[in-house]
Amino acid sequence: MFVSLNWLKQYVNIDNSTPEELAERITRSGIEVEGIERIAPESTNVVVGYVESCEQHPNADKLNLCQINVGTETYQIICGAPNIAQGQKIAAALPGARLPGGMKIKKAKLRGVESHGMVCSLQELGIDEKFVPKEFAEGIFVFPEDAEVGTPVAELLNLDDVILELGLTPNRADAMSMLGVAYEVAAILNKEVNLPEEAYPTSNSKAADFVQVKVEDNELNPYYGAYVIENVKIAPSPLWMRNYLMAAGIRPINNVVDITNYVLLVYGQPLHAFDYDKVATKEIVVRTANEGETMQTLDDQERTLTGDELVITNGKEPIALAGVMGGANSEVTNQTTTVLLEAAYFDSRAIRRSSKHHNLRSEASSRYEKGIDPNRVKKAGAYAARLLAEYAGGAVAEGVVEFDELDRQEKKVELDTASVNARLGTTISDDEIASILTRLQFGFEQDNSQFAVSIPTRRGDISLFEDMLEEIARIYGYDNIPYTLPEGEAFAGKLTTKQYLKRQLKQYLQGAGLMETITYSLTSKARTEMLVSPEVKEQSVHAVALKMPMSEEHSHLRISLLPELVDTLSYNVARKQDNLGYFEFGRIFLSEEEQTTEQPTETARLAGAITGTWTEQPWQQEKKPVDFYVVKGIVEGIFAQLDLEPVFQQAQVDGYHPGRTATVSHNGRAVGVVGQLHPTVQKAYDLKETYVFDLDVAYLIDQYKEEPSFRTVPRHPSVTRDIALVVDEAAHAGDIQRTIKEAGGELVQQVQIFDVYQGEHMEAGKKSIAYTVLYQDPTRTLTDEEVEASYNSIMEAVKAAHGAELRS
Amino acid sequence: MREKLEALQAEAIEKVQQADNLQALQDVRVAYLGKKGPITEVLRGMGKLSPEERPVIGELANKVREAIATALDNKKNLLEEAALNEQLQKEAIDVTLPGRPVKTGGPHLLTSIIEEVEDLFLGMGFEIKEGPEVETDYFNFEALNLPQDHPARDMQDTFYITDHLLLRTQTSPVQARTMREYNGDKAIKMICPGIVYRRDSDDATHSHQFTQIEGLLIDKNVRMSDLKGVLLEFSRKLFGADREIRLRPSFFPFTEPSVEVDVTCKVCDGKGCNVCKHTGWIEILGAGMVHSNVLRMSGYDPEEYSGFAFGMGVERIAMLKYGVDDIRHFYTNDVRFLSQYHKA
Repeated sequence: MFVSLNWLKQYVNIDNSTPEELAERITRSGIEVEGIERIAPESTNVVVGYVESCEQHPNADKLNLCQINVGTETYQIICGAPNIAQGQKIAAALPGARLPGGMKIKKAKLRGVESHGMVCSLQELGIDEKFVPKEFAEGIFVFPEDAEVGTPVAELLNLDDVILELGLTPNRADAMSMLGVAYEVAAILNKEVNLPEEAYPTSNSKAADFVQVKVEDNELNPYYGAYVIENVKIAPSPLWMRNYLMAAGIRPINNVVDITNYVLLVYGQPLHAFDYDKVATKEIVVRTANEGETMQTLDDQERTLTGDELVITNGKEPIALAGVMGGANSEVTNQTTTVLLEAAYFDSRAIRRSSKHHNLRSEASSRYEKGIDPNRVKKAGAYAARLLAEYAGGAVAEGVVEFDELDRQEKKVELDTASVNARLGTTISDDEIASILTRLQFGFEQDNSQFAVSIPTRRGDISLFEDMLEEIARIYGYDNIPYTLPEGEAFAGKLTTKQYLKRQLKQYLQGAGLMETITYSLTSKARTEMLVSPEVKEQSVHAVALKMPMSEEHSHLRISLLPELVDTLSYNVARKQDNLGYFEFGRIFLSEEEQTTEQPTETARLAGAITGTWTEQPWQQEKKPVDFYVVKGIVEGIFAQLDLEPVFQQAQVDGYHPGRTATVSHNGRAVGVVGQLHPTVQKAYDLKETYVFDLDVAYLIDQYKEEPSFRTVPRHPSVTRDIALVVDEAAHAGDIQRTIKEAGGELVQQVQIFDVYQGEHMEAGKKSIAYTVLYQDPTRTLTDEEVEASYNSIMEAVKAAHGAELRS
Repeated sequence: MREKLEALQAEAIEKVQQADNLQALQDVRVAYLGKKGPITEVLRGMGKLSPEERPVIGELANKVREAIATALDNKKNLLEEAALNEQLQKEAIDVTLPGRPVKTGGPHLLTSIIEEVEDLFLGMGFEIKEGPEVETDYFNFEALNLPQDHPARDMQDTFYITDHLLLRTQTSPVQARTMREYNGDKAIKMICPGIVYRRDSDDATHSHQFTQIEGLLIDKNVRMSDLKGVLLEFSRKLFGADREIRLRPSFFPFTEPSVEVDVTCKVCDGKGCNVCKHTGWIEILGAGMVHSNVLRMSGYDPEEYSGFAFGMGVERIAMLKYGVDDIRHFYTNDVRFLSQYHKA
């Protein structure tokens, strides 16, 4: 909402407040002033001039040589505007004038002829092109004949005005009118509001002889009033009205249309003027549209109605989309002589539906949608009739043809001083509350500290105690509320175990050299089919699709973190950042269907991706690229953080290198994957060797057992035995390791691999793996015999299970 | 005899002084103190001496032996020290070459802010709650006093999955869910950080995905002044001990009164600069007293309980605190951005 201060001053005295001070007070009390704009602060020495003569420039076809009388003197000015003509009154910028934008007017020679100034368009005087009346858009502005020659144009064109731009929250529909803003400012400054005079003269005609009004649905349209104004002469509206409309951001059109817009801005009440003769049936019928019915709106759009809209008809066909826009078939034009003026109350939901459906927002619909004041409908209609009589030469027929089932009752809210103070933490007195209510111009009855407040219907947002609480607080001033701390029960704040572990795991990964990332949850359909962890895929899940995505890139909810994470690597590599280690702790969304009506399962995953060099020390010529075992080590560390044991199994997984990938499981349950990206995937992302992991971290965190009990520190020595085995080169070291651990019995505390060898001195197709087995019993010293016995069963088991021989 | 011993001592000590390596020293030791050495010889010849002379010469011989041994040990220490020094000289390295780097990663800036805010509210006795990102229309809107057709639904453009299922536009549904969980008869002090989504085209100041932290306190006799107190505490801990806050009236459907909260600009200390658009204040969060409809819908009796809620955009806080100029940086994950906010 744009508020012209010159206009506002007609309804409320703002004393000597500067626009900045006023804006600050309005903002602090409830409505944010988002901008303060001066229309044309610096235009000086621009005055009304009379075009005494206008002839073609001797040396230029498109220029005119004009003699302009500005009262005291006559200036020769050259003007290129196509619409300049002898006898006009125009805006003449004289030598020495400054125009908005810093332009300075000087004497000049144009094609050999002297020009002493410039004839200005509205744009040149600082009016936004959007609001300039169409007839002046391509040329200079022409004043009405009564403009006095020599008057500074700043006055006549309201160029000294200041516009406050209000950012309105949806509850403050009342401030979508000048009167609403006036009430607000009056409350803030503790002033009165001067209301306009609405009474109008009537002719001998009777409106009821011209039209009948029928309303089919009294809930969607509880009030419809029709005024008839005869003998209307279409012309430009008075300059002051055009100025205010332009200041408010509305382009002036003609007196009838301008008056309906002007009244809309004053009262917040939308009005519509029909050409009575084009309505043709002497009948107005308000009904819901028929499905498939068509009509052409004033913006020349052909619209097919859904059956949800409310339409104004002449009993046969729609002549307006109620509360949104008029129909082209009943538009007021220069030929119009009789106007049928509508002042109606439409239900906000109905207007919201039709404006949303047709994607059509108008000054009218934006007000109806948020709810208008039932007590201003008739006032606004009357005021418009008065202005039509005064500025369009109209004769207003007696009476208003109405359908009226509108509830105009004021709501009551009870409050007492103690409750107000209890909720705000203040010590406001009864008198202060009474004074605030008075400033707001809310009616009330007071019994000591009890108040029964009548809420004016302009404030449709207020119906409860807390609504009044806000009114009192904002006028009292939030700065005046003290700072206290809650006095209720004290709690101990603490992370839950899961929250703690989440942080712990992130810190571990950061310590391990990975950088945390956060990527988008919304991804493309194609990406939801990539790099999905095998155990997720097995559940035959679908990625949930958005109903109306903004783009294909963000149309589905992810079921794996990796596609976006790998894309992030790719993004960085493209920017010459080659060595990267990233992880993300984020959610995936699993559903049984793509178009689901159920909330999907949201589960936390922990994924990482590493590419490039992992360790590097240039001056020592040391440079090691990331490999499978780096990433596996990180995954093992994640399990270790949670006191869990992972099991890795060689696996073939879509999108992964077939020989360098393992599934990860815990206690027989698949929980993720670790491996190298398949070279084709690497190529698609423009990456070198890249290793990733992807874990069901939600499940892993669930498995964590807090273990507060003490474990005895061993006092007795441990015994180690090294075992070097010769096995087939395809044998898996980890499988053998497990066999050793199982066969070795309870005394085996640890089995570590310390050497893997293949090559010279080895039979072809064979390799050697060496293990260190650590035996220990915390309660006693071990004997050679029991270690020997365990060693023997290990040897038997590895031979049986893996065909392993002792390396000689 | 005496003269011989004294001469031996002098001679041996002379040899010790001359020895310039451990082997030479060992040779001296063997030559003088060995079983075949001259002192042993002297001692062997003691039998020829008179009984009066024997103890005197014996004592002298022992003294001589000790003196030589001491000289040998001292010289040995000296030589060993010299050898060690020589060895250490050889081991010297160029300490100005760079060290072997310890590879560390770091947290995402949003995580740092979230954890900082979490810790701050944990300290004030709040707990941390989470909830689903795919929400029902009911929890995202209706339970928060935003019925169908409410004009305020325009304030947030929503990604719908079906007519009743959507990506949450705010973390407030976690509040509604927690209120239900607490059954209407327990005080609540919670914050809920989380990802939210709105139909915005991504640009420097908009992101279709962003992060919010909301907080809720419900108890008997909660006052608006308590909201001011808690938020002042929060702002000072996050932005600096000398910050001030101010409340401006605003509108949120789930709170009444509703306010926006500004903190004094840290760039200009409230004097006015480009960052705060010359107001001296920067908006950091929205807040208000929980609307009675919300309390009632979630099972709390508004006659008995009252509360306040507040919410902030984590990206906005990060942008203000660190001067980040484009919200997309948080999701592009450019390593040159991420690594600015931790020490590696």
